[in-house]
Amino acid sequence: MLITIVVELKDQPGQLLKALEPISRFGGNIVSVYHQRDKITPLKRIPVEITIQIDEKRVNDLIEAIRKNGVIVRSYNEVRLTATTSLLLIGHIIHTDLGDTINRIDSTGFAEVVDMHISMPQLNQPSTAMVTISATNEEKLKRAIEILKNTCREKDITVIEPLELQ
Amino acid sequence: MIKIAIFGFGAVGQGVAEVLLTKRDSLRRLIGDFKVVAVTDSRGGIVDENGVDLAKALEIKRKNKRLPEGITTLDVIESLDFDVCIEVTVTNIEHGEPGLTHIRECLKRGINVVTSNKGPLVVAYSKLADLADRNDAKLMFEATVGGAMPIIKLVKNDLAGNEIYAIKGILNGTCNYILSRMEKEKLSYDQILAEAKELGIAEADPTYDVEGIDAAAKLVIIANSLMGMNVKFDDVERVGITKITPEAFEVAMDKGYTIRLIAEVDRAEGVLRVSPRLIPIQHPLAISGTLNAALIKTDLAGDVVVVGKGAGSKETASAIVSDLVELYRC
Ligand SMILES: NC(=O)c1ccc[n+]([C@@H]2O[C@H](COP(=O)([O-])OP(=O)(O)OC[C@H]3O[C@@H](n4cnc5c(N)ncnc54)[C@H](OP(=O)(O)O)[C@@H]3O)[C@@H](O)[C@H]2O)c1
Repeated sequence: MLITIVVELKDQPGQLLKALEPISRFGGNIVSVYHQRDKITPLKRIPVEITIQIDEKRVNDLIEAIRKNGVIVRSYNEVRLTATTSLLLIGHIIHTDLGDTINRIDSTGFAEVVDMHISMPQLNQPSTAMVTISATNEEKLKRAIEILKNTCREKDITVIEPLELQ
Repeated sequence: MIKIAIFGFGAVGQGVAEVLLTKRDSLRRLIGDFKVVAVTDSRGGIVDENGVDLAKALEIKRKNKRLPEGITTLDVIESLDFDVCIEVTVTNIEHGEPGLTHIRECLKRGINVVTSNKGPLVVAYSKLADLADRNDAKLMFEATVGGAMPIIKLVKNDLAGNEIYAIKGILNGTCNYILSRMEKEKLSYDQILAEAKELGIAEADPTYDVEGIDAAAKLVIIANSLMGMNVKFDDVERVGITKITPEAFEVAMDKGYTIRLIAEVDRAEGVLRVSPRLIPIQHPLAISGTLNAALIKTDLAGDVVVVGKGAGSKETASAIVSDLVELYRC
């Protein structure tokens, strides 16, 4: 799942690494790191918002590990994906690196592929996939669809969009 | 006495002539007395200031495949006195000719125009609308979009005062036939296309329909004439139906969707495109066969849906005659 963690870092070299190091150790992917320099605390610490993609079951251990590194974790929250839609892809979906196609959505930090149903008629024939994407809101969902459309244009995959976004 | 000239004597021109013949009396009660003073095709025509014998013109055209030579449409426009032209010549969406010149020359002279020809409107809608205004003439084009399905006058008259947010429609009967047959029969695109050609629903070269060109042309007319936009054919994002597979329908059906080619214009979202879309099976646009349909989103009336026959000689004549009645209703 997608979570954001807000940590407070001292304004010294090497601080950020302390917060980021455990993330890869627990199999997380960093989506974005945002320094809130305008929100410096009275003790001159900088709040940093880190968004990551990680297995839900490992979140607590991760937070624990970050704290063990001496970093203050102010808060952490699941990013709520409230807008969802399904699209149909037709083409050589597998041969054109399906993992990459999905990753281009998942790495945005605001949307992810939550479901996928693939039908492959025969070898070397175009396959069909129903892909369900969720995003933090409808605006972001539209951006995710644009990213998917551009990716599919590169890969010569036909995208069939829904008539309306529910 | 309303003097009518018919330019183009193919399926639609002949359909109009037949309706004017068979419904002469009821039409007279609606618009008063009328006569057709000229009928032309690509190589000739018949002119008679006292009224062309339409039954005879139809017979000649059907027997000889052509009207008598020696007259051109431009001769008729330059030399004959008439009130309204029915422009039903061949469509060309790149340069609009020959219809564009016919319409322009008529409007310049203050002659009203009723047309089913998309070409001139796609190429030069705003110029033609201006020209009509300046010369106190009317340009009517219900038949260019959706055949018998009412949409142009529906929006201009019956939904007058509404703001039109968006229009989403099925504007090509050939594509809709192919897709709805693929949905039912689970056969490939090529198999259903072959069937459609055999039935005369698809042309020998189906590119114009299946690549979404026809639907995009109609969308341009809708956007410019009903939504106050100023767009060109090349502004339309366009994807056809040739890549759609029977498996796509199966996968879509599992989730409660079917697939249709939808033309969509949405002002606020900046959308102008023709592309295959997932449609919930219960949705009013999930229609089958060669029908056309449109969903019109408005501020006051909410959503309005129309469905009707999108092509055919009699059906297109219906739209043309309704324009004629609108122009001259007593
Ligand atoms: N058929 C439909 O269901 C339908 C529906 C909506 C809109 N439309 C539109 O309506 C128009 C007519 O369609 P259609 O099905 O009747 O086409 P069609 O059967 O091909 O007829 C076209 C007619 O235009 C004539 N023509 C070509 N150049 C001309 C010129 N310079 N002057 C006078 N006539 C000329 C042709 O003459 P010849 O007979 O000598 O070849 C023919 O009679 C097209 O623009 C089409 O897109 C058709």
